[in-house]
Amino acid sequence: MPFKRYVEIGRIALVNYGKDYGKLVVIVDVIDQNRALVDAPDMVRGQMNFKRLTLTDIKIDIKRVPNKKTLIAAMEAADVKSKWENSSWGRKLIVQKKRASLNDFDRFKVMLAKIKKAGVVRQELAKLKKETA
Amino acid sequence: MSYKFHQFQVVGRALPTESDEQPKIYRMKLWATNEVRAKSKFWYYLRKLKKVKKSNGQMLAINEIFEKNPTTIKNYGIWLRYQSRTGYHNMYKEYRDTTLNGSIEQMYTEMASRHRVRHHCIQVIKTATIPAKLCKRESTKQFHNSKIKFPLVFKKVRPPTRKLKTTYKASRPNLFV
Repeated sequence: MPFKRYVEIGRIALVNYGKDYGKLVVIVDVIDQNRALVDAPDMVRGQMNFKRLTLTDIKIDIKRVPNKKTLIAAMEAADVKSKWENSSWGRKLIVQKKRASLNDFDRFKVMLAKIKKAGVVRQELAKLKKETA
Repeated sequence: MSYKFHQFQVVGRALPTESDEQPKIYRMKLWATNEVRAKSKFWYYLRKLKKVKKSNGQMLAINEIFEKNPTTIKNYGIWLRYQSRTGYHNMYKEYRDTTLNGSIEQMYTEMASRHRVRHHCIQVIKTATIPAKLCKRESTKQFHNSKIKFPLVFKKVRPPTRKLKTTYKASRPNLFV
């Protein structure tokens, strides 16, 4: 199986450890075997070890080390935010965040919704069973 | 990013005597972990170059030097003199890093690992920012590629905080990137 996600200039990565955990950053340049220069619209350009990054499928078209304005423009052009939020990985993370931020009343509402959904599914299943029986 | 080694500019001179009212002032740029060590290092080097010691000299200024552009990548060449088990040798090493302090730290750790040379046996002779054309080492030149592209071959699976670390895991990790 060949590799599909490469470390390259313009690759979007997710930070999976450390202070910037959960952020989407752009790989702007490669320092050496283990480190990349990363940048994001809301942080100062800095170096990060590849061990802290998980590569995504998204890639934007930039030159080596663009300035902040060019970077933000390129991210808008490639529509990184919506691509991420519509991808299955991005959606999963959003759901996880939502679940973690629920309060007790919200969890109660979720429980009621789950029961209702299960009831509807069971009714449909009973109908189908009756037809085949 | 906190660095172990800080760069200091130390300025000192011999104390004025009747024979020499205005002794020459010497300035050194050196690396040390803190200011106290930097001052001590200054006298160590100055003793080897001029006939002056800490007891008949005075420190005029000590300032820390910070990196001007810590957000750009540079190629650093470091000339050093180190003591091995059999004698003194000179060496030239190249590093790619964003700051000079970072590359000095890389140098110290590499010398310790590759040559078993401890920190106090290394003297930095000179450092310079090298433009890409003049780099000598293949290991730095291989990153001088504006269309650099390589896959990460092996994914290290680790919990996002050390608190979530457990000794036993329910399933084997997936190491494919």
